[in-house]
Amino acid sequence: MNPPDLKYSKEHEWARVDGNTVTVGITQFAAEQLGDVVYVDLPAAGTEVKQFARFGEIESVKTVSDLFSPVGGQIIEVNDDVKDNPEKVNEDTYGEGWLLKIELSDASQLDSLMDANAYESHISN
Amino acid sequence: MNTLNELDRRLLMDRSVEGRRAVALPESDVPAQPMPDAAMLRDELPLPEISQLEVIRYFSLLSHLNFSIDTNFYPLGSCTMKYNPKLNDAMASLPGFAGIHPNQPAEQVQGAVQLMYELQGALGEVTGLPGVSLAPLAGAQGEYAGLLIARAYHDMRKDSARTVALIPDSAHGTNPASAAMTGLEVVTVPSTADGNVDVEALRSLADERTAVFMLTLPSTLGLFEPSILEITELIHSVGGLVYADGANMNALLGMVRLGDLGFDICHSNLHKTFSTPHGGGGPGSGPVMVTEELAKFLPEPVAVLDGDTYRLTEPENSIGKINGFHGSFNILVRAYTYIRAMGGDGLKSVAENAIINANYIQAQLKDRYDLAADRYCMHETVLSATRQKKRGVKGLDIAKRLLDHGIHAPTMYFPLIVEEALMVEPTETESKETLDRFIEVMRQIDDEVTNDPETVRTAPHTLPVTRLDEATAARKPYLRWNHTP
Repeated sequence: MNPPDLKYSKEHEWARVDGNTVTVGITQFAAEQLGDVVYVDLPAAGTEVKQFARFGEIESVKTVSDLFSPVGGQIIEVNDDVKDNPEKVNEDTYGEGWLLKIELSDASQLDSLMDANAYESHISN
Repeated sequence: MNTLNELDRRLLMDRSVEGRRAVALPESDVPAQPMPDAAMLRDELPLPEISQLEVIRYFSLLSHLNFSIDTNFYPLGSCTMKYNPKLNDAMASLPGFAGIHPNQPAEQVQGAVQLMYELQGALGEVTGLPGVSLAPLAGAQGEYAGLLIARAYHDMRKDSARTVALIPDSAHGTNPASAAMTGLEVVTVPSTADGNVDVEALRSLADERTAVFMLTLPSTLGLFEPSILEITELIHSVGGLVYADGANMNALLGMVRLGDLGFDICHSNLHKTFSTPHGGGGPGSGPVMVTEELAKFLPEPVAVLDGDTYRLTEPENSIGKINGFHGSFNILVRAYTYIRAMGGDGLKSVAENAIINANYIQAQLKDRYDLAADRYCMHETVLSATRQKKRGVKGLDIAKRLLDHGIHAPTMYFPLIVEEALMVEPTETESKETLDRFIEVMRQIDDEVTNDPETVRTAPHTLPVTRLDEATAARKPYLRWNHTP
């Protein structure tokens, strides 16, 4: 269920690498654990974020959780649509439910992320 | 038993008929006075026009829809929904308590101040922490006051670099929130697989920056922390203070005193442990208790006995006032009544029966529901609906299905470290028959998860409102009644 072309973090975020731009969202597993997402708090474009640092907050009918960035760099775009329609996170987790686009500061950061297989075994433990 | 569904469910506004009145006033013999400029008045104010009988029926019917400990079993974990003896209300209604004004000087209300003084003494005795202030209005305010005391203590020792609050990952959400409000940095301490504090992890996190370690005892998993003495010693050895979240104190009454375990500060939720109303019936009350050494920092007022006069005082290095007057005074009267009516032995039997009741439920359900930790629990047991989830039914659905059986849902999805958590706290005031019925219903629902999962997934079916769309309600809140829908 987790797309093989993405990278994954232990904190259940995904990263889609396209040249120097990385699109970031939460995984299907995270979305299912959270249940219906009702609110997403994201930083403004232009903000610098460090790898694995907290960048925002996601609230569901069950709980509120911190969001952690799988990569570091400058945020170049924020998904405003998901702020107004947080259900996109549940409905299209790996598509319209994306959260941030980040300009990667250092490509070697990607080495500390998991591929889909490694992430599958991470969540089955 | 579907009668509640058949009741007239129209809102007050929808019952309005133009020109209808609730009271007939005699003709006025007061000369008419000029009204303010019409421009200052709202021209459209759609107040309902309803007869007196209709108003009474409307609110009486609403009261029938109420769900409370006085009507139903209410095993809401971490909330200690015990029966609140009516004697408490009778005492709080005495004119000597109910009719006094908070600005009356202490010498005019000696009985009230004496009650505060004696309640301070009782709470100090129960917790083993003799410095007591009854001022905090709720548990979270008690936490906040306690943490301000910790900061004041470190500041006075010129030890102001202590800016970290260590908090376990199983903590109530108020703990990190209170710490952040106090300006402390929250650092999370992991739990071990069997639900205890990971002492080795704590050892690596505790250092000269540690202001305080906050621990709920028993933990939110309903478990007693076996390493507690090692933990308090460890935190003291690096110069930090240890705070006890007293939310689960029902399990400790008369059994063990927090002060004897090495805690420096705690709060108590009188509205949980000491049988004062909550869950909409409040207000809450969260007295803060500290060691003798920290008593000088307590929030004011603190009642003292000076010769044969009771006085309200401000401690020497008080963190100040944290609200206007004397705390939730009428709640203090109820808690005092409860403590005096129960006596020492009675309070101990509260803890004993709370623990026995929770363990009875746990033992009777563990073949059907997974446990967060398979060992004796204290006053509550945390079940996990992971086995049911594999059959396509979530913990939420089970909680909703319980409502069809007239049982309040347990606390769901907390603590956060337990998947599909259903946290059940029966309290000591429930009979074995009630517990047996709950157990039978939980087993029946588990059967239903196999045989008829759809019925569970769409529950409740028999309540005045059925499954609510919580997600849409939160995403697109509709906050104002609309006269013309």
